Amino acid sequence: MKKADANSGNLDSHNPLGYVTRRDATADTYRGLGFRCGLEVHQQLRTKKKLFCRCPAGIYQDGADYDAQLVRHMRPTLSEFGEYDGTALMEYKTKKNIIYRIKGETACTYDIDDTPPFAVNREALGIAIEVALLLETSLVGELHITRKQYLDGSIPTGFQRTAIIGIDGRIPVAGKRVGVRQLSVEEDSCREVSDVGHERIYTTDRLGMPLIETVTEPELLTPDEAAEGANYIRYLTRSTGHVNVGIGAAREDVNVSIEGGTRVEIKGVQHIRWIPELTHNEAFRQKALLLVRDELERREGDPKTWAPKHAPLSGADLAAVAPTAAGESSAAVICLPGFSGLLAFPTNPGCSFADEFSDRLKVIACIEKPNMAHSDDGTSPLPRATWQKLGKRVGATEKDAVLLVWGPAADLPTAIETVIERGRLAFAGVPNETRKGLPNGTTIFERVLPGPDRMYPDTDSSPIPIEEDAIEGTRARLPQSVEARQALLRAWGAPEDTHAYLLRRNLCPLAEELVASGMEPIAATTLLGHDVRHAMGDREIDPARVRWAVDAARERALTSDVLPVLAPLALREPASSFDELLTRAEYRRAAEKDVKAEIRREVKRSDVRRPEARHRAIMGHVRAMAWGNVPLAQVAAWVEEATR
Amino acid sequence: MSDEAHKGYKGEALDALVRFGVGVWSDVDIDSTRGHFRGIVLPRSEFDDSRHLVLKLPTGYNVGIDVRTLRSVKELGRREAHYKIPEKEFPTSPDKPNVKLLGTGGTIASRLDYRTGAVIPAFSPGELYGAVPELADICNLSTEKLFAVFSENMGPTQYIALAKAIGREIENGIDGIVIGHGTDTMHHTASALAFMVQHPPVPIVMVGSQRSSDRPSSDAARNLIHSTTAAATSDIAEVMVCMFGPTSDEYGLLHRATRVRKMHSSYRSTFRTIGDIPLATVTRNGVTPLRQDYARRRDDRHVDILPYFEERVTLTYYYPNMHPDIIDSLVEHGYKGIVIAGTGLGHINKPVYPAIERATAAGVAIYMTVQTLWGYVHMFVYDTGRDLMAKGIIPAENMLPEVAYIKLAWALGQTNDLDRVRDIMLTSIAGEITEREPHDGYLIFQGGMPEIQEFLRKVHK
Repeated sequence: MKKADANSGNLDSHNPLGYVTRRDATADTYRGLGFRCGLEVHQQLRTKKKLFCRCPAGIYQDGADYDAQLVRHMRPTLSEFGEYDGTALMEYKTKKNIIYRIKGETACTYDIDDTPPFAVNREALGIAIEVALLLETSLVGELHITRKQYLDGSIPTGFQRTAIIGIDGRIPVAGKRVGVRQLSVEEDSCREVSDVGHERIYTTDRLGMPLIETVTEPELLTPDEAAEGANYIRYLTRSTGHVNVGIGAAREDVNVSIEGGTRVEIKGVQHIRWIPELTHNEAFRQKALLLVRDELERREGDPKTWAPKHAPLSGADLAAVAPTAAGESSAAVICLPGFSGLLAFPTNPGCSFADEFSDRLKVIACIEKPNMAHSDDGTSPLPRATWQKLGKRVGATEKDAVLLVWGPAADLPTAIETVIERGRLAFAGVPNETRKGLPNGTTIFERVLPGPDRMYPDTDSSPIPIEEDAIEGTRARLPQSVEARQALLRAWGAPEDTHAYLLRRNLCPLAEELVASGMEPIAATTLLGHDVRHAMGDREIDPARVRWAVDAARERALTSDVLPVLAPLALREPASSFDELLTRAEYRRAAEKDVKAEIRREVKRSDVRRPEARHRAIMGHVRAMAWGNVPLAQVAAWVEEATR
Repeated sequence: MSDEAHKGYKGEALDALVRFGVGVWSDVDIDSTRGHFRGIVLPRSEFDDSRHLVLKLPTGYNVGIDVRTLRSVKELGRREAHYKIPEKEFPTSPDKPNVKLLGTGGTIASRLDYRTGAVIPAFSPGELYGAVPELADICNLSTEKLFAVFSENMGPTQYIALAKAIGREIENGIDGIVIGHGTDTMHHTASALAFMVQHPPVPIVMVGSQRSSDRPSSDAARNLIHSTTAAATSDIAEVMVCMFGPTSDEYGLLHRATRVRKMHSSYRSTFRTIGDIPLATVTRNGVTPLRQDYARRRDDRHVDILPYFEERVTLTYYYPNMHPDIIDSLVEHGYKGIVIAGTGLGHINKPVYPAIERATAAGVAIYMTVQTLWGYVHMFVYDTGRDLMAKGIIPAENMLPEVAYIKLAWALGQTNDLDRVRDIMLTSIAGEITEREPHDGYLIFQGGMPEIQEFLRKVHK
């Protein structure tokens, strides 16, 4: 970073932000920042059909596999209270061609908004009620389908049909109760294939699949608590046994704010393990923006008098910046008064305040990166003299930052407007934004954060009453709570590293069955949490198949040490008979007397002298024969006896 | 009955509101057996049950609360909704054509109706400009709301009022007319206007929307842009219907009023020209004719307004096993004209024949059209057809059934002389009968065919 001006005061230190890595951060770090986090966890339900049409749910296609394409544009509409939503207006500015790729198998005329919705999927509603009860929410008397506007095009109607099932619930996190604001059932959106310039392409396979969204209050006070909360909700939804698992089946939006900052939503976080790093960095990004704000206030005073200037470039000026401006035909220079040194101010690892401008240029003005350069950038290939010359065009002084934007001529007015708007927002601190989480733990601007004004009643559907007996019927069938499962695992002494897997895979009921049928709790949890998990990775586990293998082994009076081999094998080869599995595992039947006879033979044959080595050698010879027929401890005792 | 303060509420729900001393727009705190809720009481659709209150939560979501679960309801304040499209004065300039938008209802611009929970129409130039500012680049727009009825309630009274209003506008020098109309019966009204408004000097463009304008993906704004562009700039001085070509936001089609029909209950691209090709395509950049045999725009202010309509005319859809008493009862009830949509080339079954004879003897005009929609009536091909003609049924060529119905009512509205009626019916006035059917006038491709699948991958639907 370029050394900040002398007048930038406290910013002119080695680490003006006071940034610490997450590893070095403590609870005090976050308390000091005033860190608050709330979650919006989206979970696909496992239903046969989509939520509002009769298309099959859960079939995916590659983005290049489609039968037809259609084009739509989205216009903002008014909310029920007669307001336009801020996001809606921003998206409208972008003037995107939205292209939908349809595959006949997975999308119908409802999906492309050419048919009104059909009656809501009752199977989905049943699962949602179950989750609402598990979250201890207050259930509504009547479901009202509401339209939540999304002008990014991710849903061809321009809105998502969604309805609240329950509000005001709670989950246990980090030894306290965290509030659950609401649980809603809604339709999933399209998957984005690409987004370049003015064209965004979506595939409609996932569109319309039933989702539930659990929204917590912003009561998670550290990044780790946020991850713990997300995990708890994941375990809870999976405990129903009626939700999809796998990539994209559960997605988290994470809301973060710090003291003096604003709620910023990090969208579409694919993995819970990303949450701590993303929220940590977002907290520091907000702190950086607050420091920039304080500095601007100090330098510029009243933002109302702040007067940025801009000028188009042409002729020699344009030629001078051409190598930087990626050969674009039009460019403009903008003076941001009082911003000198601030654009290079670090906001996140590898990011500076200038990225806030560049990200918006990409999203709002549809100009691909690189789309700008600035006078604070020490690595800019433009000579200092050129920057000074550009600065003169807009009357910039030492105190000001000069920003160069380029792009297609048609997009330049929006680009200039976007830069000035972001400059103005710097005086307010942290803008309300939706940001996209990246695997490296940083985020980029996605859109302006929508508010309640984007909600509108769905005039295509009638309210759906949720009757008392439906609730009571579901309540009677509720699975054990995640909290109770966690307590049970601890009481059993199940190895720590098995807990997450057993909860995530909803295998606690199976473990309980195994224990009930006589298996030791530690053996049962280890079998599932170690052996099965190592063999199966994160693939789906069929509990019936595991039970079958365990029962078959017991019926044949095989010893329990066959299970760590046979149970995973049974899952990997779901069609094999038990005899085939035994053959694959190289099991041979042997009677106790044969094992004993073999031990005696080995004792005679062995010429090893040292007692322990001799014991080991004999065990090694007999183990394969004894495996499954005699417990190893028994074999060891016999060997001990025979060699004494 | 509920009053304004309890809009839409009835029965138990109304009682509960009264009991707790709250009403619509009250910001309330509710304690119920299902839990605690806070929000604003919204009006309820009168079609919904009488057991629930509608509450808007602070998050913007609406939920229903069963009044039987209520323990207490406390009013914390009030917040009333003022749903209004931002109204801005429509900018005009002398170098732009003047276009008049005549409103009949429908969903071209609409807002939520809390009473029914459905959308109701609302428009003025200012509102339209607030919602679709692009209109100001196209023309100087003025509007007049003639009636506010849904498409299915449009009838002869409205056709006549509309025809007269068009006559007045033309006389006053307008450059083009747009008619906002619900889509369900737009093709009926279009053909009525085509017969009642003859030789207009300017384009008369009917438009509606399939997705109401309260949704971001609505076709309303684009249809409005297309139709005003056609009215302002097109050289085609006929009555037309302007709606989406494909379901994609790409271009609109201008259909001749007497050859167009709504062909899908909900698709955006529902309007199709039947048995012919459309007149033109239209985008915000202008109109591109697809054919040349249209009436040209003129500078004069001449137009023939022929506002006639006989109400006792019917359109009967024939089906196998139709009984003769259907026809007899029409005659008994004084119907003067019957259009039959027959099978195939224009057929009905033998048992109905005596009723046809009785009807013609009673002086009822009977015309045959085809329920296949595409193709001509050919009553000479089979004996059945010849028999029917001998009994007095007149084949109506390739007039669409609905168009033949409107035209027969219009003809009988002018005269009771059945020979005169026959002349009117069989002389094409506005393209309702065409001499020839082009090979590309019938294009209903079958999905699944490899060549069609190939085509669909390449062309935006």
